Amino acid sequence: MSHPRLNLQQILILAFVSVSTPLGDACLKRGMTLVPPISLAHPLSLITAVFTPWIALGIALLIGYFASYLTALSWADLTFVMPATAMGYVFMTLLAHFWLHEAISWQRWLGVLLITAGAGYVTRGPANTTTAPVNFPDALEAGHGVHPARLNTANDREAR
Amino acid sequence: MMDTVLFWKSAAMIAAVVFTSSAGEVLTAAAMKSIGDLDEIRAHSGMKGAIRAVVTCPFFVFGIFFMAVAFFALLFALNQKNLGLSLVGPAAASLTLVTNTIAAKLFLKEKVDRRRWTAAVLVIMGVYFLAH
Repeated sequence: MSHPRLNLQQILILAFVSVSTPLGDACLKRGMTLVPPISLAHPLSLITAVFTPWIALGIALLIGYFASYLTALSWADLTFVMPATAMGYVFMTLLAHFWLHEAISWQRWLGVLLITAGAGYVTRGPANTTTAPVNFPDALEAGHGVHPARLNTANDREAR
Repeated sequence: MMDTVLFWKSAAMIAAVVFTSSAGEVLTAAAMKSIGDLDEIRAHSGMKGAIRAVVTCPFFVFGIFFMAVAFFALLFALNQKNLGLSLVGPAAASLTLVTNTIAAKLFLKEKVDRRRWTAAVLVIMGVYFLAH
């Protein structure tokens, strides 16, 4: 059965979801090694750490990850986004091998292969299998379910 | 006797992480499905409109709450002796994939066909091997 393919912007969003988490975590880790040890007795030092370049970059990447993840969930199923973005594990392993020169065991290479296969297989199928927004009557009646802008664009499309 | 206690304690903590994490992700996905395509909303109402649509959705608020609980449950589990990152991390990641898939089928009415189950199983196996 044919299904609408992802456009370039959607592919880039999924790619960003995959790479931003390991990159953000790596930046945080690098940043935390550069600041002096933080103790509970001096919690303000944690706030100053937030403004160091690596930690600020890590936080920005993780905020970007969450925004992209939410955007992806707005046009794709959860069961599509999860395996498709699992490529982050692969990226993390490749980063560890080629950047940090860590030795990667054959089991981990097998893991990389399996995740790549899973992500590749699911992205060849449809991204969205639910035809209408999820029916949550209470929320919809309360006016929280569908944003008015969404209703307007749907009406505009119908009018066209 | 001690091993049995440790086993059930570990299982309970991993289960707490998996349950709260799944609840958070499914509620967040439900929120985004009910809101609709964010790109369309952003094109129509701008970035502020898109952010307002997300943060005023009750499912999103509950989703974030459960994600926060999951995060602290994970920190608590990692803080326990005999229950390290090498066990909790992959176990939670793999089991969350399973529970998310089941919950997405039941609550979000997603069509989880053979392709999606196969992909989920491949990723779960991949995560298992990456952790070893």
